[in-house]
Amino acid sequence: MSIPGASILDVRGLIAGYEPGLSIVKGASIHADEREIVVILGPNGAGKSSFIKAIAGLVPITGGEVLLDGRDITFGAAHLRVRQGLAFVPQTENIFPLMTVEENLRVAGGVLAKGEVQARIDETYTMFPDLARQRKLAAGSLSGGQRQMLAVGRALIVHPRVLMLDEPSAGLSPKFVEMVFARLSEIRRAGLTIVLVEQNARAALAIGDRAYVLVEGREAHEGRAATLWDDPVVAELYLGQRRPA
Amino acid sequence: MIDLLGYAAFFTSSALIFALITLGLNLQWGQTGLFNVGIAGFVAIGAYTSAILTTPEAADRIGGFDWPILAGWVAAALITAAAAAFTGFATLRLKSDYLAITTFGVAVVVQLIALNAQSLTGGPFGVAFIPRPFAHLQDQPALFNFINLGVIAAVTIAVYLALEHLSRSPWGRVLKALREDERAAISLGKSARSYRIQAFAAGGAVMGLAGAVQAHFIGFIAPNGYLPTLTFQVWAMLMVGGSGSNKGAILGSIVVWAIWVGAGAFSAAVVPGDWQARAASLQIVAIGVMLCLILLWRPQGFFGPHGLFGKRRS
Amino acid sequence: MNLQFIVDGLISGSLIGLGAIGITLTYAILRFSNFAHGDFMAWGAYGTLSVVAAIGALVGTTTPIGALSFGWPLILAAIIGMALTACLALALDWLLFARLRDRGQSIIVVMASFGASMALRSLLEFIFTSSPNYFSRGIQMAIPMGFGVRITPDQMVMLATTVILVTAMHLFMSRSQTGREMRAYSQNPALARVVGIDTARVVRATWIIGAALACAAGIMVGILVQIRPLMGLDLLLPMFAAAILGGIGSVPGAVLGGLIIGLSEAAAVQLIGAEWRAAIAFAILMAVLLVRPMGLFGRAER
Repeated sequence: MSIPGASILDVRGLIAGYEPGLSIVKGASIHADEREIVVILGPNGAGKSSFIKAIAGLVPITGGEVLLDGRDITFGAAHLRVRQGLAFVPQTENIFPLMTVEENLRVAGGVLAKGEVQARIDETYTMFPDLARQRKLAAGSLSGGQRQMLAVGRALIVHPRVLMLDEPSAGLSPKFVEMVFARLSEIRRAGLTIVLVEQNARAALAIGDRAYVLVEGREAHEGRAATLWDDPVVAELYLGQRRPA
Repeated sequence: MIDLLGYAAFFTSSALIFALITLGLNLQWGQTGLFNVGIAGFVAIGAYTSAILTTPEAADRIGGFDWPILAGWVAAALITAAAAAFTGFATLRLKSDYLAITTFGVAVVVQLIALNAQSLTGGPFGVAFIPRPFAHLQDQPALFNFINLGVIAAVTIAVYLALEHLSRSPWGRVLKALREDERAAISLGKSARSYRIQAFAAGGAVMGLAGAVQAHFIGFIAPNGYLPTLTFQVWAMLMVGGSGSNKGAILGSIVVWAIWVGAGAFSAAVVPGDWQARAASLQIVAIGVMLCLILLWRPQGFFGPHGLFGKRRS
Repeated sequence: MNLQFIVDGLISGSLIGLGAIGITLTYAILRFSNFAHGDFMAWGAYGTLSVVAAIGALVGTTTPIGALSFGWPLILAAIIGMALTACLALALDWLLFARLRDRGQSIIVVMASFGASMALRSLLEFIFTSSPNYFSRGIQMAIPMGFGVRITPDQMVMLATTVILVTAMHLFMSRSQTGREMRAYSQNPALARVVGIDTARVVRATWIIGAALACAAGIMVGILVQIRPLMGLDLLLPMFAAAILGGIGSVPGAVLGGLIIGLSEAAAVQLIGAEWRAAIAFAILMAVLLVRPMGLFGRAER
């Protein structure tokens, strides 16, 4: 098991929700270490999406802490987290539809030094050759899978320490699902940690190192990804029933 | 003494006419959430409709219909309701900003027509000799003032009771639901829009009626009686009174009118002659700042159910 | 038909368009219709007038540039005036709009802008009275251009300045990082924050640009016509109509909308008389709302 103290992302007892009295996240804790892929699973309505959005700064946090590299980023503005090394790919509406592919990448490069932007964009095009071909197209005209590539590429432009994704496979064809997860595995280069929320448990667990199961706003189970799929406790939490062996 | 009473009657009459307009605005904003920036225009439509229908023949202007006063008032309310309905129809399927901009445009255009369509509205000279209720009593000024106050008060009370009844009726409860719960509005779909148009039209009718009552109270109307300042005063009255409350609308009108008149009297007494015109502008600045402060610090107003004298309701 | 109306229409249209840019940006980024925008124009004009007077007091009278009605003091004053108007807009936002914005209901912010507009306008009336003011009292000779069209040197320079300003705006919005951030924010505020865009910076840029352009338009009206406290209010309906016609949120749309309204007004005046000018903008507004509410370049409301 990893040592919590050495984690690059440490979330402790997070309480968050859109309305002050109505928390969706009710005290959830996770941690992710360097170069880990951490998967967050859970039934519908468990609050997985709100949880990861709260870490990203989009859902108001009313309690608990978020530590990035030991620094407390709990109550900072969302855009500052990007500078501090936390990138987030939302599930829907994750690109700017009326701007071109190139502009989408460029606008995300605002946090970089002037000279670096072009180099990073070229890097993105190397990683995602399809995007290079489509660089002048309006992002809204891309297909679902290509948009996802753009969203991921955009997030990576800032060379984040932690990359978070909210259901990256949602709405994608199996071919693209495979491609997305293959890429996520590949880009686990030195220094990048990935946290992903997923509904498609099987595909996510296949590339993940550790996983949490979130139920009703709290983490209910934690384990190694490889063994989680077969764990009967998980099936019960997920489906509310015992799964046939 | 008689003079003072006479003046008090005049003051109260003016305040109650504003109260009528504010009641109409309360239906549009307080109960339905519709932002009307062209109140002066709707009031003008009512005033001119009744004036044109009830005045005798006039040179180079249509007239001579010689309708009875009450008929003029009814026509004023109906015509204004139609104008409001059309405005609502054109804009209520769009974001609320569009209604605001369009009502602003209505006021501008109404002002333009009042000023330039000489053959209809008498142009810059307006319409004079508008018949007064109980005109045969005009030679007894004190009595006349009080009778007029009585008429205006009667109309105001009648409208107040009608609006209170309306807000408790099934129709009113739908409006309340629409105001408070956007999802209820979406599930009602098309009907939500038609309820809002009805509410906007009804509020417009009340404003038109107020315009007509005022026209017959003063006896003449002119385009510069319907400037944005009027819209502005009524908004201040509703925000002070407490939007959503009919009682608040009436009380807020009296209070703000008193402040307005008081500030005017104060500056007339204190400010040297050549600065008088400028002082009038300061009145408006004061009301503008007051409106913004209320929005910032006390958006619920002072006299509504959440106000100083009401019970706390969640 | 006399073709002079084309010149008149282009000039008034470009002024309306310049003002409409601020309105459309404020709507797209801050999500409310700013009824005080016209008063930025008026305050900008009066502010510049005051700076010109101050410069005049310091250096004495100066000669105008060439055949124009103004000299370098006005140009310097214009730059200062635009900066001052931007400060006014930022102050108003800090005092009033930002606090109400946080509360959620955008229509309350519109109401506040209405209140602020009346207060600002009346404050100008208090300070300067409602009598018209002028940058210069000289009469300019109009130059014949053929086809029965005449134009004064001032008018030519104003048109050229508008072209320069609009071009600069276009380049700014499409090529600069801040411009890109503004466009991104107007399309999706939450995603913009997630991508690292600083909301406060975008909001500041919106106010500064909108107010500076309104001031420029106000100065031009002042040079070509006159300066009055109500000058902004008179242009407010055409500016709103232009922004809506062009498609709310679109800067090129606002300019094009302004030109269409300016030209329509000028053409219609030939037929129905100058006093009905303001009704044209309203008629166009109603037509757009009834037929194609998203305007020429706008997108359908979500």
